[in-house]
Amino acid sequence: MSEVKNILLVGVGGQGTILASKILTEGLVDAGYEVKMSEIHGMSQRGGNVSTQVRYGEKVYSPIVGVGEADVIVAFEKMEALRWLEYLKPDGKMVINDFEIPSAPILMGVAEYPEGILEILNEKADTLVFKAGEIAESLGTGKAMNIVLLGALVKAMKVEGVDWHKAIRNNVKEKFIDVNIKAFEAGYAL
Amino acid sequence: MKEIMSGNEAVARGAYEAGLAFASAYPGTPSTEILETLGTRYKDDLYSEWAPNEKVAMEAAIGASVAGVRSFAAMKHVGLNVAADPLFTFAYTGVTGGMVFVSADDPGMHSSQNEQDNRNYAKAARVLMLNPSDSQEAKEFTKLGYELSERFNTPVMLHMTTRVCHSKGLVELGERVEKPIVPYEKNIKKFVATPANAKVMRVQLEDRLAAMEEYACTTPINQPEYNGTKIGVVTSGISYQYAREVFGEEASYLKLGMTFPMPRNLLKEFASKVEKVYVVEEMDPYIEESLKMLGIDCIGKDIIPRYGELNTDIVRTAVTGEKKEVLTSDVKAVMRPPVLCAGCPHRGFFYTLSKKKGVMITGDIGCYTLGSAAPLNALDTTFCMGGSVSTGHGASVALRNAGSDLKVVSVIGDSTFFHSGITSLIDAVYNKGSNTTVILDNRITGMTGHQENPGTGYTLMGQETTEVDIPALCKAIGMKEENIYIVNPNHMKEVRKALDEAIAKDEATVIITKWPCALKRFSKEDKERFDLTPKKCVVDPEKCVMCKACVKTGCPAINGTGDHVVIDAASCTGCTVCQQVCPAGAIEEVAK
Repeated sequence: MSEVKNILLVGVGGQGTILASKILTEGLVDAGYEVKMSEIHGMSQRGGNVSTQVRYGEKVYSPIVGVGEADVIVAFEKMEALRWLEYLKPDGKMVINDFEIPSAPILMGVAEYPEGILEILNEKADTLVFKAGEIAESLGTGKAMNIVLLGALVKAMKVEGVDWHKAIRNNVKEKFIDVNIKAFEAGYAL
Repeated sequence: MKEIMSGNEAVARGAYEAGLAFASAYPGTPSTEILETLGTRYKDDLYSEWAPNEKVAMEAAIGASVAGVRSFAAMKHVGLNVAADPLFTFAYTGVTGGMVFVSADDPGMHSSQNEQDNRNYAKAARVLMLNPSDSQEAKEFTKLGYELSERFNTPVMLHMTTRVCHSKGLVELGERVEKPIVPYEKNIKKFVATPANAKVMRVQLEDRLAAMEEYACTTPINQPEYNGTKIGVVTSGISYQYAREVFGEEASYLKLGMTFPMPRNLLKEFASKVEKVYVVEEMDPYIEESLKMLGIDCIGKDIIPRYGELNTDIVRTAVTGEKKEVLTSDVKAVMRPPVLCAGCPHRGFFYTLSKKKGVMITGDIGCYTLGSAAPLNALDTTFCMGGSVSTGHGASVALRNAGSDLKVVSVIGDSTFFHSGITSLIDAVYNKGSNTTVILDNRITGMTGHQENPGTGYTLMGQETTEVDIPALCKAIGMKEENIYIVNPNHMKEVRKALDEAIAKDEATVIITKWPCALKRFSKEDKERFDLTPKKCVVDPEKCVMCKACVKTGCPAINGTGDHVVIDAASCTGCTVCQQVCPAGAIEEVAK
């Protein structure tokens, strides 16, 4: 437990990264880790990219993950995975949602969405790629996409002794608890 | 009991536990959540409000302190520029009830127009300064701040930075201790800063500073951590966290939780016990200059960057020169810049304005600063809160006097207009300027995440109150009735007509656009005044000629990359701006 682990959750404003990182942080704290979580607020609601950094271990000083330091990166969107690649440890793992959100320059036709992102990332790093949105849809709500990704992230972290169901129950509305727990398990099973 | 809290939530908690009675602030990233927390979680125990600007917030908190209660103000770094005037004199008079205020700096400019190291303000104003490095300290230092404020008779500045404000960690909670109001006593010599009184206060301030410095040398928040003697690191705030990871267990540390007044004897003592002194701090060489003034040889800004945020990597590279091998790809991610949201009422206005030739557009601080981005490119300047109207006035007079035909349009949001645009508009009207001021009233403070302002009719604590009537206000400061235009920004013909008429006039004019922010939780007044039934726009693929006129409005719901344009049904609000610019009649508005 002495080594500090570094996790990055990256995506686009509105994808639910904040809730996923909240559940992640609470679960880890509850299991006795010191956790620091850092997020940048401000313009993310206006279509920008968002990132949450979570560091946990016995004693954590800096709240920020540096380049080449992330043990696991979970990317809620493909191009964001590419953007954050340099933050991954060479032997780290990338959990990638196979989902595209074109940014403004792409929508306007002044840039193109990069091709072959998954192949590139696959070649460079250990990746786990899946369509979290479709998995969530099959469980009844596409909105639980973030929790499917959380499940896959937690598995990649190889962390034990955490009551994730409790952390989910504490953070979602009563009527969404069941579907979110199913979403978490579906992600964990991947 | 322990709880995960951001630095901002922890400051609110600390103030609550310290028996805070009065808090005021103007929202500004990264400080906003402090007052939001006070105004929701602790609203049964203390009073809190959004002030129209930071100077007002500071003065209100000063008033509450003089009246005898513990008071609080919060602002982002540039907010302290606005609030500096009362602060410098408040440092002379001192307090009755303890007063703590937050300056939240934004190194790296995540969400700001500049980067400034506000530790210099504590030194310039001569107020005691505390520098928390995480959430637990943010809470503890806030509480300590109230004790020190009353003990040394000084306002206390809590210096925070983005990473302290927005990082979360565990915080040990305590109980609130109620502080009864100090019975009021008239004290002209203490609180009336006439030259005769202020001269006396100025001398007393020096005595207080000496006492504070003595405290700074012995306080537990400035205790050295002696390990090895080879390297000693002097640091403060978030920089401590980075330095601790880089220099590890071997080095000794002097982590300063209080950096004004600077504990000079402690610096000397620490430096004398180690062979080599490093100073790790963000932005200015604030601590370093103190060390150098004492003749202490140290390594600081010659290797540590003077601008931007620090992190462990940057400090490590600076100290060791090592550069890490990282994974890279030749294919790069496309930028994802923030844009005006789908359905943003500013889009129709800016699109129309961008088509006007022969205008200089002075801008302001808020979501609408995004009007400067492609494809709209509809701004020429942005400086500071409220600056659009006065820079526009100055430009319009200078251009007119020089015989130029260039006309000036000044663009400002509702909350920014209340903040400091009103006095600027008075200047433009009274001194016979000729700029057209456009007040984009979206009925909320948008950029910082939807705070109430004097135009919304609600207070921070959720009470209904009287809205400022913007057209009546313009009239009251001398704007001619025929020079006041009120338009729906989503109706582009209406906007164009108003712009054409207003710009053609050779005197100050105002256009007020009225439509609520697309992301706002609508108030009952919004629902009464505006047709907000859910709608969306759809493209008829048969009629779409792929001219991309709609794409050029910059709406993020519109995707022009396929065979025909597609509008994202989920994010579209049916503002119809795309429909209005479509030459093929291919876009239709339907119920959602």
